[in-house]
Amino acid sequence: MADAPKVWVVAETSGSGLSEVSLELLSKASELAGKLKTGVAAALVGYSIEPLAPELISYGADVVFLAQDERLKDYLANPYAKIIARLLAEEKPEIVLYGASSTGRDLAPRVASQIRAGLTADCTDLKIGDHKDLKTGKVYRNILFQVRPAFGGNIIATIVNLDHRPQMSTVREGVMRMSQPQASRRGEVIEVPVELSPEDFLVEVLERVEAQRKVNLKGANIIVSGGAGVGSRENFRLIHEFAEVLDAEVGASRAAVDAGFVSKEHQVGQTGTTVRPKLYIACGISGSVQHQAGMSEAGKILAINTDPEAPIMNIAHYKIIGDLNEVIPQLIKTHKASGR
Amino acid sequence: MSFRSIVLAKQVPDTQNLTARAMKPDGTVNRAALPAIFNPHDLNALEVGLNLRDKFGGEVILITMGPWMAAEVVREALYRGADEAVLLTDRRFAGSDTLATSYALAQAVRKMGEVDLVLCGSQAIDGDTAQVGPQVAEKLGLPQLTFVQEIEEVRETGVVVKRTIENGYERLRAPLPVLMTVTSEVNIPRPPRAKLIMQYKKARAPVEVRIEAEREFENYTGVDRDEIIAKKTEERMAALRDQGLLLTEWNLERIEAQEERCGFAGSPTKVRETESVVLRARESKTYDPTEEGLKGLVEELADSRILG
Repeated sequence: MADAPKVWVVAETSGSGLSEVSLELLSKASELAGKLKTGVAAALVGYSIEPLAPELISYGADVVFLAQDERLKDYLANPYAKIIARLLAEEKPEIVLYGASSTGRDLAPRVASQIRAGLTADCTDLKIGDHKDLKTGKVYRNILFQVRPAFGGNIIATIVNLDHRPQMSTVREGVMRMSQPQASRRGEVIEVPVELSPEDFLVEVLERVEAQRKVNLKGANIIVSGGAGVGSRENFRLIHEFAEVLDAEVGASRAAVDAGFVSKEHQVGQTGTTVRPKLYIACGISGSVQHQAGMSEAGKILAINTDPEAPIMNIAHYKIIGDLNEVIPQLIKTHKASGR
Repeated sequence: MSFRSIVLAKQVPDTQNLTARAMKPDGTVNRAALPAIFNPHDLNALEVGLNLRDKFGGEVILITMGPWMAAEVVREALYRGADEAVLLTDRRFAGSDTLATSYALAQAVRKMGEVDLVLCGSQAIDGDTAQVGPQVAEKLGLPQLTFVQEIEEVRETGVVVKRTIENGYERLRAPLPVLMTVTSEVNIPRPPRAKLIMQYKKARAPVEVRIEAEREFENYTGVDRDEIIAKKTEERMAALRDQGLLLTEWNLERIEAQEERCGFAGSPTKVRETESVVLRARESKTYDPTEEGLKGLVEELADSRILG
């Protein structure tokens, strides 16, 4: 590569491998870089991570920047942000993408603050386009259009950075599609010197407790999802039971998660998981646009709700206007009786 | 052992309770129909501060940045027991993105002197960016603990918390001072106290007093209109001050902020366009919630090879 890559992905690890969201972002970065006629770089911070560099390259990175140090074994906001901020200040990319994960959402704003760059959270689409400033008449060519639901998901906003670089975005896992890796791709690996001081390590990780990923919403064929209308944690058992009968995964709206009916890993929507099942059953979910952002690509949507005016009804293929406490047991019974 | 906490809070439109009433006939949301509320996660942050003060002594100071209507958040903080609350308001803050917002908030926190904890909700329900907390922490040079779901220990030497991560949590230890953003799991916020509502419901911020006076003389056409409004505002502010009911209000000068880093000018991100989401009805089939109706649905799903 003659010129330095201008589209970057700040990659992250999960367990012993790379996070899926990082690989998804590399696919998107390749597409954006193609339009800008530049290359893709990945930055990875950690300890003994060089075995992961070939995988980053196979998914689209032309250059991999590695910052390794034993003290960087666990993710920590301060030292990671310091390293990434310094790299970005030196290499001056145009675009930087982060996963909107617990790591990315902690790291990206700290970096943005340090280098005074714009940052757009939870983008659902990223495109390259020309923007004409209405006030000055100035045209900005080939800038990043960052599309995201805003205002509780009731509007879709396109955000641009005019005079500041880099243009930075976070994206949730599952939003961008991952392309096939190409083992034949070649790239360059650059080791980055790590200069850190004890003040960067004020926070200490005592323990990390991660359950095996039990909830697999992304890969589910059928999802039975409950919302505020379910009413209580106890009532939510009905959702679990229904899901079990259908061999489905359990999903939830944010309202149900916030109310404590079910844990966060079940959340579907812009700030949860984006899903594409064959059948999505929305029980007592009103269907905010944030929620719809995460499930509207389902093959078929069945909505069970007492309110015929609920927004979810507008996108449902099948509707049942009724009390889920009566409808679900009846559906379970009918399904079992059908013997399928 | 006592703790001085600063809580950063935002007034937000209540986007969570989107009812059919808030929908316009064209299928878009009528934003004006949504009430403005104290951002729910920020109430959790306030509760963390109040709880520490009640247990160990100290002080809780709330800062909210926003237009004049955000004075309601200041009152609500006082109703719940905050020792002090500040409305950070200035036309020059308008159009702030998260970077400009965090700059102004960090400047305000600096004016508060020594602090043990800066507390924020993990995110606001309108923008949902979760960016302002970490950005303020960076600007203040503080370590950050984000998405805190449980506070295990708070001592003068530091805190131990559980931070939410994918499929679990991590336990972190940090010294004070520290900035923490909390999720709704961290506690149950206390309700406002009747006694404090009685005490503060008539409290007003200077900007509210001025707007009230302007409204009062809206139809007055005399040449001394501006003078009268200014005089009325002064008088009422003095009266409120005497009763201890004049809320603290800070502007750009008070926090010694650089104007070019505030508001629209200080915001790298701009909104290119917005599109109201139109919830268009899809072709659909409705089934009765009866045995017969649901049987029809199950058959339909089976026939289209979705079930079974």
